[in-house]
Amino acid sequence: MRARTSIASGLGRRLVVGTPFFWLVVFFLAPFAIVFGISLSRSRFGVPPYEPLWQNGALAARLDNYAFLLDDPLYLTALLNSLEIAALSAAICLVLGYPIALGVARAPKSWRAPLLLAVILPFWTSFLIRVYAWTGLLKKEGLINDALIWLGLAAEPIQMLQTDFAVHLGIVYSYLPFMVLPLYASLERQDMSLLEAASDLGARPWRAFLTITLPLSLPGALAGFLLVFIPAVGEFVIPELLGDAGTAMIGKVLWTEFFNNRDWPLAAALAITVLTLIVAPLAWLEHLRLKRSEASQ
Amino acid sequence: MTGPAAKQPLDDRPAALILEGVTRRFGATVAVDAVDLTVRSGELFSLLGASGCGKTTLLRMIAGFEIPNSGRVLIDGQDVTHAPPYERPVNMVFQSYALFPHMTVAQNVAYGLKQTGMARSERDDRVQEVLALVELDSFGRRRPDQLSGGQRQRVALARALAKRPKILLLDEPLGALDRKLRERTQFELVNLQERIGTTFILVTHDQEEAMTMSDRIAIMQGGHILQIGPPREVYEYPTSRTVADFIGAANLLEGTVASVEGRSAEIRLQATGGAAMAESDIPLKTGDAVTVMVRPEKIQAHRASTGAANELSGTVIDIAYLGDLSIYHVQIADGVRVQVAIANRRHADEAPFTWDDAVFLSWHPGDGVILIT
Ligand SMILES: Nc1ncnc2c1ncn2[C@@H]1O[C@H](COP(=O)(O)OP(=O)(O)OP(=O)(O)O)[C@@H](O)[C@H]1O
Ligand SMILES: [Mg+2]
Repeated sequence: MRARTSIASGLGRRLVVGTPFFWLVVFFLAPFAIVFGISLSRSRFGVPPYEPLWQNGALAARLDNYAFLLDDPLYLTALLNSLEIAALSAAICLVLGYPIALGVARAPKSWRAPLLLAVILPFWTSFLIRVYAWTGLLKKEGLINDALIWLGLAAEPIQMLQTDFAVHLGIVYSYLPFMVLPLYASLERQDMSLLEAASDLGARPWRAFLTITLPLSLPGALAGFLLVFIPAVGEFVIPELLGDAGTAMIGKVLWTEFFNNRDWPLAAALAITVLTLIVAPLAWLEHLRLKRSEASQ
Repeated sequence: MTGPAAKQPLDDRPAALILEGVTRRFGATVAVDAVDLTVRSGELFSLLGASGCGKTTLLRMIAGFEIPNSGRVLIDGQDVTHAPPYERPVNMVFQSYALFPHMTVAQNVAYGLKQTGMARSERDDRVQEVLALVELDSFGRRRPDQLSGGQRQRVALARALAKRPKILLLDEPLGALDRKLRERTQFELVNLQERIGTTFILVTHDQEEAMTMSDRIAIMQGGHILQIGPPREVYEYPTSRTVADFIGAANLLEGTVASVEGRSAEIRLQATGGAAMAESDIPLKTGDAVTVMVRPEKIQAHRASTGAANELSGTVIDIAYLGDLSIYHVQIADGVRVQVAIANRRHADEAPFTWDDAVFLSWHPGDGVILIT
């Protein structure tokens, strides 16, 4: 009897652990390997538009594409630009999202579900349509400029569309829920008796917030920051629709290499580089965190 | 045990806390109903009552987490009814301890001192001092999740004591500890309280805990205080059936006053029609409906009638063996049982009575307490 349950639970455990593992291999590792393979080859006219890696029974891998990426400053500039825009947008999301998350978390229990629903409501329409709608608001003869002129706040239309401002606005608008949700989760979980204890020990509400609520919500803030930052780095639609032609974000450069220049190997090398640059530091951070929590055990 | 006799008499000491007609309502529920209470400086005072009787609400009004709908709260003579918690000279040990998980033990203890802007060196000394007081000197650098339940309880205590509050409030501070540790901690708390002399107000639903620890106990029910007094007084002279029933075991026998002679009276019992002797400070007159309360350990059981004035006869129908003593359930009339506690001085197999034995029960007239029904 004992042996049977342990075999059954062993199988069950393997299934439970195996499912995400399987998912990772099929939908992440395998595509990654394919893209990595392409990045080592050379582009050509034809289908597919790159040379096979195996030629005449020998491996024809080359690192030319990576070397080219380092050579042309366009790519580095685009990457740095993307990191900067993504970081600033994520920071703005944090500043805007924190009060929202705190407000929802501290609202009466029956209010929380409807308020959360309101936060994720925009997801019910297409991302593309929502971003496109901003062009109607921001353009020279758009709603915002009309309103500013009518109110006498501006003499003539302000150039808002096709600026970095519009790109930031688009990212903050689109990704704010990704900041609010993890923040809400960590704030809602907080034990309210901790704030009472702080107050009991002489801390005014503002100090109690700074010394208790804020530090305890840092993991949520970090999670939210990454959830905004990572997709924003590779964002293509928003700079394409709202930014100007000069805004070189890495996602746009990638798109150009892939679809306009049809240089699959170079685009693949770029994708691998960006992925590595983002994942490596995160993996290292996670490693540090794990080591610290093990040390404290 | 605390010896109130060894201290300055309670009544001579200044009041640390005065509650005047304090009421707190939550919607339709009246959690605390017009409570008047005075706690003397240096007293270890317990609020005892069943779940939901308003103990926590009362404590939270003293701490400042709840504002009374009416009435006044005075701490050390100052009206603090509407003062926020951070301005009151009281500190609280929370039932869940509420230790800050992202701070070390020392940082937890120092938290309150930091809010007062105390100099760093003085603060460090004070933290060491209170940690030593709860015997956790070497645990300052640990985090709360690296401590046992008992150690956490002591950190919560140290944190609340660090600011040297006028009153320390404790909400079921031992509720999360296992029985052995709880008993040991009860004595440690009492010793600590005697050494530092701070006023303690303790909330508990455990009557044994209240009895062993307190100078005085307030028994609460439905938002009211039923009786206040030292443990011995509330045990020996309860003023109501509820208190008698709540503190320890009690035999409650209904009857009417047959005759009165000074403090003592003869009661005709409803159950048996026989007579019972008991005493009361309340003026009684013949015909009053009353209840006689006798504690199980105050009753003597004999095989033969002793001819005492207040004697009941009955049959043993149940025996509960508790180790140190046995409780004999004696049926004296249809559906009316009396519990008798007899110490097991010899082996249980030499018990004085067994099932279906006929027994005669009697008690000293002074051990019967008359309660007005
Ligand atoms: N914040 C609140 N909102 C509504 N009702 C409350 C609130 N706090 C307490 N009550 C009600 O007031 C009454 C007294 O509650 P309280 O917590 O003071 O009881 P207690 O004696 O501490 O009980 P326990 O021993 O279970 O802790 C209960 O009926 C409770 O439901
Ligand atoms: Mg309570």
